[in-house]
This record gives sequence, structure tokens and C-alpha cells, in this order.
Amino acid sequence: MSTGALRIQRASGHAGPIPGEDTQRRMQVAKLIDTTTCIGCKACEVACLEWNDLTFRDTVFENSYQTMPETAWNYWNLIKFNEHQRDDGSMMFLMRKDQCMHCADPGCLAACPAENAIVQYQNGIVDFQQEYCIGCQYCVTGCPFNIPKFNSQTKKVFKCTLCSDRVGQGLEPACIKACPTGCLHFGTKDDMKELAETRAQQLREHSGYANAGVYDPAGVGGTGVIYVLHDITNPEAYGGLPSNPRVPWTVRIWKGPLKWLGNLAMIGGLIGVTMHYLRYGPKHVNGSGEEGGRP
Amino acid sequence: MTPTRRTFLKIGAGGLVTSVLGFDLRPAYAQARELKISRTTETRSTCPYCAVSCGVIIHTLGDKAKNVTPQVVHVEGDPDHPINRGTLCPKGSSLLQDIVNPRRLMKPQVRRPGSDHWEDISWDAAIDEIGHLIKKTRDETFVTADAQGRTVNRCEGIAFNGGCTDTNEFNYLVVKAMRSLGVCYLENQARV
Repeated sequence: MSTGALRIQRASGHAGPIPGEDTQRRMQVAKLIDTTTCIGCKACEVACLEWNDLTFRDTVFENSYQTMPETAWNYWNLIKFNEHQRDDGSMMFLMRKDQCMHCADPGCLAACPAENAIVQYQNGIVDFQQEYCIGCQYCVTGCPFNIPKFNSQTKKVFKCTLCSDRVGQGLEPACIKACPTGCLHFGTKDDMKELAETRAQQLREHSGYANAGVYDPAGVGGTGVIYVLHDITNPEAYGGLPSNPRVPWTVRIWKGPLKWLGNLAMIGGLIGVTMHYLRYGPKHVNGSGEEGGRP
Repeated sequence: MTPTRRTFLKIGAGGLVTSVLGFDLRPAYAQARELKISRTTETRSTCPYCAVSCGVIIHTLGDKAKNVTPQVVHVEGDPDHPINRGTLCPKGSSLLQDIVNPRRLMKPQVRRPGSDHWEDISWDAAIDEIGHLIKKTRDETFVTADAQGRTVNRCEGIAFNGGCTDTNEFNYLVVKAMRSLGVCYLENQARV
């Protein structure tokens, strides 16, 4: 982990490789969220607001304990309360801390056309740099988790930074530090995966959750935020967590083959114009001098 | 070598083409968001809400230099505190608002019996009024002897409820004062 400025490994809208890419060892950081021990106290929500000095917004009541239906441009971290019926008919809460997943292969970054507006640091944090954001909201369409949120006043998009300021200085994110039940953990991705697997095994063998497992979706290259779920076969029950999130194919085609086709067309055009000039020379205007003078 | 006009133009055009095609040789560092507590003064304290008494660190602006008026900029859990080891509940996490929020209560208020709203009252008037009410209630409800004629000297019309941040010393004084009035219903949740 670096101090001060964080080294970038990927940047949006940037042609060619990132200078200095892969010249340092990487250590990916990750959050582990154990949904089975979350009590829905919302300490992480408050800690996020306080650390990031976010402006206060009204809560929305929709017959649930949930603070509001979705995260917002100034509310990056939301506990989703989902009432779930067990097989025997009794009820239970499935609570999930919803925030940016910090994908290893981020759809927002792939879709973003503004240079450096979305960057991925070498520790895996995906961060929006609002000074370069042009407000096009392509990142909103690129995200499979519905995380980037647009502020219509400033015309910028905001989301969880994984407290890149704290992590860059060697501290843990604010939400992780606050969690009083210890359901949130922070460390290297390897350590978190190991911890998550241990916990999932414990749930399977001792707590009667036969389908308990770790949510670290491969469709986006793995995430910097991993969950332990009671039932890994049904992540949708946790407030619409996609079971197989992917970067939209439109973004993939547009930023992949179409981009190269476009480049080819541009370079081909330039070569064509040059060849035409060399073969046929400049255009001569026929007729008298008076007419030829007109543009 | 002194560049001629032609080489100068060539270099310029080359640079233009390079930058248009997106080759950028700047080092790829991003200025991380500034850590807002990097040079703040840290003060250890105790959360004032419940009886758990979690340890907190209060971050204040400035380094205690003579000409600085400190202001609290952040409050978070104290990792060295044995009770909470850095964690805080949502109320504890919002402690900054206890200090800086413009909507917090800054003066005493009273809600009269049967009234539906709070009215401002000065500290002097409030203490005066409380004193008079204690005297009146005690005089009216004081029991010197029980049904069997045993001396009890108790005041049954008053109860005293203390808070969780009351210190040992404060509670000593509370017990002394309340017992001297004859108050039996005496409780607090202080664990500090």
C-alpha cells in the first residue's frame, strides 16, 4: 500500500498503456461483509456520512427499516433490509450493506469517455475524480450494481471511494472501523477471501445454512467487496444482488471492436487523403480568376 | 544544434500528432483525497450516550498553538479502548453532530404541564423553579413514620434519574443530596 498519492493502474478514456504500469508490486485490498452477523444498526451509514462530510438528505419511508430505497450521490452506503421467508414459514431479515463493489474489471471505468475521470489504483480501489468528470453518466449504464449516482446540480457523478484517502494513508475505511458487531472486515483480498471461506464453512457445518457461500463474482473479474451470504444460490434475495454481474455487452463492443474500427477508419482516411494528394496533387480551380477567388 | 524553422515545425507537428493520438507521458499518480485528520489534535474521550461508554477520539483543527481557536472536525472510535476497540454504534458515529450541528439545543427549555410546546427559560429561572418545586413536593409527600409508627423519614413524591456519563464524583454528590432529601427512588446507568 502506498502513501500519499496512490499509483494508478487503470484510467478511463486513456489510450495506450498507463505509464509506470506494473513497475511496482501490487497488493489488492478488500472489504469483507458477513451478512449473517449484520444487525442493521446502520453505524456504517453514519460513519460514511461523517467521514466524507456528505450533506444530509431526507430519509424515505417505504414500510421498511431501510433508510431510503437506493444509494444516492450523497449517500454512498446503504443497508438493504430484505424480509425473507424461511422454508418453515418464519421470517428473517437478510441485511446487505450496499455500496460500490470496486470490481477488478470495472464497467464504469470501461464505459467512461473522460480521461482520468475514473481510475483504478494499484490496490484495487476504483475512484471517481470529479474534476475530470464530464457528467455524461455512461458509468451509470456500465455498472451492473447500480452504484454511480448523478448530481444534477453539479453535473458530476459520485460514489463510494473505499475511503481512498484513509487507505492511502494506511487506515481502514470509516465503515469498517465503526461496525460494532464485527461483520465488516478489511485487509488484503487474499486474507479476506480466506476469512470468508472459513466463515462460510462454519455456517454450512454448524449453523444449518447448507448453501452458505462467498460472493466474489467472476463476471467482473472479482470484486474488492466480497460478501458471505446465507444462500449463495439466491443473491437476488439480498436487495437485488445480481447472481452473475457482467459489464453490459454494449459497453464491451463500443469500447472494444468498435473503437478499433473507428481508429482504423480515421487512420485509413488520413492515409487516403495523403495518397490522393500525392497522386493527384492539390485541387485546381477552373475558370477565370474572378470566380476562382470565391471560397 | 540550432533548430531551423523547418525542424521546429516538424517537432511541433510531431508533438501535436502524438498528443492527439493520446500518448501521455505524465506519471500516473492521482492525488489521493486529502486525509482530513492528518495533522489534527487527537483528544481521547468517552461517548455520552449509553452505559457501554465507548472510547472515542475527538479530532480538532490546529495544533493547540496560542492563536488558534480549535474546532472539532471529526470524531471516531478509539482503537486502544478496551470496551469498543475502535467501533461505534450509529449514535456514537454521529458524535460530531453533537458538537457542531446548528440544530442542537443550546439553552434550557421547559414544557409546562398540559402544554404542547417547549418554551425558553433562563438557567437562573430554571434552577429557581426546580428548587421551589422540590421544596413544595417534599413538604407535601414527606413521610416521617410508616403505618406501624416506625420512623422512616422518606420523600416518596420525588425520583431522581441520572445519566450514563455521570462520573463517580458526580454520583457521590447526587446520592448525598438526594438521600438528605429522603429520596428513595434513585437510579442511574453510569458505568464510567
